[in-house]
Amino acid sequence: MPLPHQPTSLPPGDEHDLSAALSIHDLTVAYDRRPVLWDVDLDVPTGCLAAIVGPNGAGKSTLIKACLDLMPRVSGEVRMFGSPWRAVRQRVAYVPQRETVDWDFPVSVLDVVAMGTYGRLGWLRPVGKAQKCAAMEALERVELTELAHRQISQLSGGQQQRVFLARALVQNADLYLMDEPFASVDAATEQAIVAVLRSLREAGATVVVVHHDLQTVAEYFEHVILLNMRVVATGSIASAMTAKNLRATYGGRLTLLEQAATALGQLAKDR
Amino acid sequence: MTFDYDGWIILIGVLVAIACAIPGTWLVVRGMGMMGDAISHAVLPGIALGFLISGTRDGGWMFAGAAVAGIIAAVLTQVVHRWGRVERGAAMGLVFTSFFSLGLLLIVQTADTVDLDPNCVLYGAIELAPLDVVGLWGIEVPRIVIPLVIVGLINAVVVVVLYKELLISSFDPGLSASQGFNTKWIHYGVMVLTAATCVACFEAVGSIITVALLVAPPATALLLSRRMVSVMTLAVVIGSAAAVLGHFSAITVPGWFLGSGVDTSSAGMMAVLAGLLFLAGVVFAPERGIIFRRLAARKDAKRVAVEDALGLLFRLEERGVRADLHAVEGLLRSDVRIGPSQMSVVLARLRRRALAESSDGEWKLTDKGRSEAGGLVRAHRLWETYLAGRSSIPTSHLHEAAERLEHVTDQAMAEALGKEVEHAERDPHGRSIPPA
Repeated sequence: MPLPHQPTSLPPGDEHDLSAALSIHDLTVAYDRRPVLWDVDLDVPTGCLAAIVGPNGAGKSTLIKACLDLMPRVSGEVRMFGSPWRAVRQRVAYVPQRETVDWDFPVSVLDVVAMGTYGRLGWLRPVGKAQKCAAMEALERVELTELAHRQISQLSGGQQQRVFLARALVQNADLYLMDEPFASVDAATEQAIVAVLRSLREAGATVVVVHHDLQTVAEYFEHVILLNMRVVATGSIASAMTAKNLRATYGGRLTLLEQAATALGQLAKDR
Repeated sequence: MTFDYDGWIILIGVLVAIACAIPGTWLVVRGMGMMGDAISHAVLPGIALGFLISGTRDGGWMFAGAAVAGIIAAVLTQVVHRWGRVERGAAMGLVFTSFFSLGLLLIVQTADTVDLDPNCVLYGAIELAPLDVVGLWGIEVPRIVIPLVIVGLINAVVVVVLYKELLISSFDPGLSASQGFNTKWIHYGVMVLTAATCVACFEAVGSIITVALLVAPPATALLLSRRMVSVMTLAVVIGSAAAVLGHFSAITVPGWFLGSGVDTSSAGMMAVLAGLLFLAGVVFAPERGIIFRRLAARKDAKRVAVEDALGLLFRLEERGVRADLHAVEGLLRSDVRIGPSQMSVVLARLRRRALAESSDGEWKLTDKGRSEAGGLVRAHRLWETYLAGRSSIPTSHLHEAAERLEHVTDQAMAEALGKEVEHAERDPHGRSIPPA
C-alpha cells in the first residue's frame, strides 16, 4: 500500500467536475430519522474503476441506493454525467446485493439476464428475440452459456453473482453501480469478474463497486471512496488509501458521529 | 344430477379457479399470500357500501367499493406498519380484521332492508347461483358467470401485457425501480386485481373460500414447476380440478356416511379439495415431494455404501490382506456402518455390476471394480492432502471429512485437486495416492 505525503482534502462543495460520471453533492440520508450518511460529497471521474470501502454499517449500500432514488434523501444532490439520474437512467446499470432476491423464484438464468434489457424496452413491450440474443451474449462474457436454461436455484453463489453481472452487462451502460459483487465468491469467479470490469473500463465505462476486501482494492481499482457515514477520503488509490485515512475509516468503531446519530434518532422517536 | 344444474355449478367453480389462479400465483411468488387473505376480507365494507348505494348486486358500485376498500386497506397496512411500529404481518392482521368486522356490521345492520345475506357473503351461495339467470344472446346463463368471465379475462390480459413488469418487480424490486418500473404502482396494481377478483368470486364461493382458491393452487403448482408461465398454467389446471372434484365430493361424500340424498357445501368442498391437492403435491411431487426426496436420499445412501465397500476391498488388497467373506462383512458393519438390511443389497450390487466377485470364501475386485475403487481412494487421499495443507482440521479428523467428500468428487474436481496438491504421491498419513 503506497504511503501518503498528505491526506487528500475533499473537493469543496460547489466545484464539482461536470464531466464526472458520478458526482454527489452534500448528500444526507436518514433511516427512521437516524442519519446513516452525512454530507457526502464526491466525484467519480469518468472511465475508472472505483471502490467504495468502509466497515459494516458505514452506509456503502445506502450510498448506492440513494444515488438511484431507491432511498429517500434528506438533502443533497446526485448527478450522473452532469444530469439527474432520471434523465440518464438508461446509461446507468445497478447490481444489487445477491441476497436481496429470492433465488428460489421460478425463473431461468436467461430470464434473469434478460431483465437487464427491460429498461430500454420500457413499459408494455415484450421481450423478443433481440433481447434473448443480447442476454446470451452477456452470459457468454461471464462464461455461463451452458447454464442459460437452468432454474436459478440450482446455481452456486459464484454463479449467481455472475448472472447478476451478465444482467448488468446486457444493459450496456456507461455507469455501473455494483453492491458487493465479490461477496462470497471463489477465487476463479473473482478473477472472472475483475476481467469483465476491466473490459468495461477499456470500453470507456465507469464502474463503482462496494468492496469489502481491503487487500485487493489497490490491485483492482484506481479510485477509492473511504466511507464511514461520511466520506473520510476520496481520490486515487495513491492519494486516498493512506494508513491515516484507513484508521479514520475503520478505527474506533463507535465514533462520536455515530453516538450523535443515535442520540438524534432517539430524539426523533421521543418527539 | 343434471347438467343444467350441476354443470353450471362446476363451470362456475372452474371460472372462479381460473380467475383466482393468475393473481394468486403472483401473490405467492411475491411472498404476499397473506395479502390475498387480507384483501379478500378487507373488501367486505366496500362491497357492502357499494351494495347499499346502488341497491343491487350486479353493477360497478360493488366493484368500485371493493377496489377502493382494498387499496385503503393496503395503504393502511403500510401506515400501521410504519407509524404504529408493528411488524407487517401484525399490521395486516389488524387492518383486515377491522375492515372485515366493519363490513359484517354494515351487512348485518342492513340485512333487514336489503337483500344481502351475511352467510352468503362468508360462504358463498354457489348452489343458488344457477337459479339466478340472465339472458345472453338468447341463452340463459347464471348471472354470476358474467363478472367471473370478465375478471378472468382482465387478469389474463393484464398478465400477458404486463408480464415483464410483474416479473422484474416481483423478482428484484431494486433493479425494477432502477430501470424505471415503479414497484409501488405495480404492487397496488396487483392489489387492485386481487380485490376485483375477490369481488367477482365472493358471491360464488364467499370471501373466505376465495382465499383457498387464491393461494392453494399456485402453491401446489410451485411444487411441480419452476417456470413462471407453467406455474400459472398449472395453477389454473389444479384450481379447476379442485372445483370439479369438489362439487362431486360435495354431492357424494356425505352420502357415504349419512345415507343417500345428503350433500354439503360445494364451495367448502372445493376449498377442501384445493388443500388436499396441495397435500398430495407435498407428498408426491417429483423432485420437491417427500417421497421423491426420500427415494433420492435412499438411492444416494446405497451408492455411498457400495462405494465405501469398494474402497474397503481396495484398501485390503493394497495391504495384501485376504478379503475373507465374513471378515469383510464384519468390517463393513463396524467401519463403514452398513446396516444389516442394507448388507445383502450392497453385496448383491457389487456382484451384479461386476465390481467384485466372491470365490473360495474371499472377495476379489474385478478390473472394473479396481479402477472404480482406485478413483475413490484417490479422491479420498487427495482431499486429505488438500485439507491438511489448507485448513485447521486436525490430521486425525481428516479422514471423516475426506470420507464425505470422496463421494461427490467427479473427474474434473479430482483433476483440479491433483493440481492443487502439486500431484503429490503420498497423503498426510504416508499412504500412496493411486494414479488417475
